[in-house]
Parts: sequence; structure tokens; C-alpha cells
Amino acid sequence: MNNLRRLIIKGSMAASTLGVAVSAGLLMPTTVLAAWPAKAFGAKDMTEGLANLLGSSEMMESGDISIKAPEIAENGAVVPITVTATMAGVESITIAAPNNPAPLVASFDLMGGAHGYASTRIKMGKSGDVIAVVKAGGKLYTAKKGVKVTIGGCGG
Amino acid sequence: MASKSIKIRAKFKDGVTTVKALLTHQMESGFRKDSKAGGMVPAHYIQEVVCEVGGKMVMNAHWSGGVSKNPYLSFKFDGGEGEKLKLTWTDNKGETDSAEEAIG
Repeated sequence: MNNLRRLIIKGSMAASTLGVAVSAGLLMPTTVLAAWPAKAFGAKDMTEGLANLLGSSEMMESGDISIKAPEIAENGAVVPITVTATMAGVESITIAAPNNPAPLVASFDLMGGAHGYASTRIKMGKSGDVIAVVKAGGKLYTAKKGVKVTIGGCGG
Repeated sequence: MASKSIKIRAKFKDGVTTVKALLTHQMESGFRKDSKAGGMVPAHYIQEVVCEVGGKMVMNAHWSGGVSKNPYLSFKFDGGEGEKLKLTWTDNKGETDSAEEAIG
């Protein structure tokens, strides 16, 4: 009897948490889409885009950020970039390529125990720097790395 | 949820989960000329990628058309052992897809 009661309580609790998770999941796409910072990503100027996205363009160069990128990219359409930030309290990592028609490429908001690490592949129209901007403890830190592109990437 | 456009690997080791994901998407930046029809190929790219673990968001990425075709992404977070990971993308035309994967 007791066991059965426990089982029922357990079962109903599991079902209700699942229901909450599902409804939260269903709500996500619309709320999230509205948050896409169109102005920042549409900016033709990197500083303007970054200021729009992160609320400031004041940033310090930091040795705690490392960018892993090829020195020479044979195909500009696919340039693998890995950013690792070792400082505490990393809130977001933004990747930009100032020579691209839209310099802001990607921004990763990190939370809930996420590490200061983001890896992706980007397009680069021509040779130039890859800039990483890391937001940690409300401040902005930056690092850059030069990449030579032998074939343009914005052709897709 | 069988998703065709998302492949996820989520590995738990020494207290940290490493996620690697491949999405299938054309990622058309809108800066490319259409040689046949003239004009520009309209932009069509993923704008938002959200990752949730156990209903809690750990990563929310905003992208432009500057991310490569069939995007790859990887990130890490503390914990996550035995939990389920959900990845959702939304593109600029409002199309969306989502996949779940057990962390192991």
C-alpha cells in the first residue's frame, strides 16, 4: 500500500515536471527570435556592431584569451575558429572578422556552468584578423589573430 | 525526436560535458551574386542556436550569415552527467529544428 502510494506520487511529479519542460520548450523559439540583435549583426563597421551587441566598445587586450585558427586558410568559406577564455565569469564570446561585409559573425552567450570555450567554422572574404571579444564580469576583453585566406569565402 | 538537420555528440568526462554539433543548413549570407537570375541570392541563415540541459539554458548563440555552410559548433559546461541535452536552431525565415541527445 505504502509502496504503491509512493509510486503514484513519484509518477505524477515526474509527469508534471515534464509538462513544464515541454511548455517552456514550446515557448522558446518565439521569445528567442525576437532577441536576435539585427542592428548589431547588420552593421558594416565592426566597432559599431560590437557596441550595439555588447553595450560598449571599450575593451582591453587580454592574454587570457586564445584563438585557435589556421595561419593560412585554403578555403575562406570554411575557417575553423576556436576561442578559449581562461578568466573567471565568462558571460559571452563574440567572434568577428573586420574584413567581412558584415563583420560580426557569431556570438555565444554562456551560462549555467558553461566554460569560456566556443568553437565554430566561419567564412572569411579576404585575409585579415579574427577578433574575439570576451565579456567577463561585466568587462570586455579582446584578442586577435591574423588569418591569410587564399580563396575568398563569401561566395559561400 | 528524430531530427535530420542536427547531429549531436555530448561526452561527459571528469565533471565536464563537451558538446559537438553539426547542423545542416545552407547559411546563405545574402552577399552572394546570383549569376543566372541576376541580383543577389537572398539571405537564409541560422540566427539563433539554443542549448538546454535538463530544461536549463547553458548556451545561446546568435549568428550572422558569416558562419560557414553546414555549421559546426562546440562548447563545454560543468556537470550534465546522465542528463538530456536539447539543441534548437531558428533561421531568419522562421524555420526551426530541434534535437535531443542523452549525455554519455
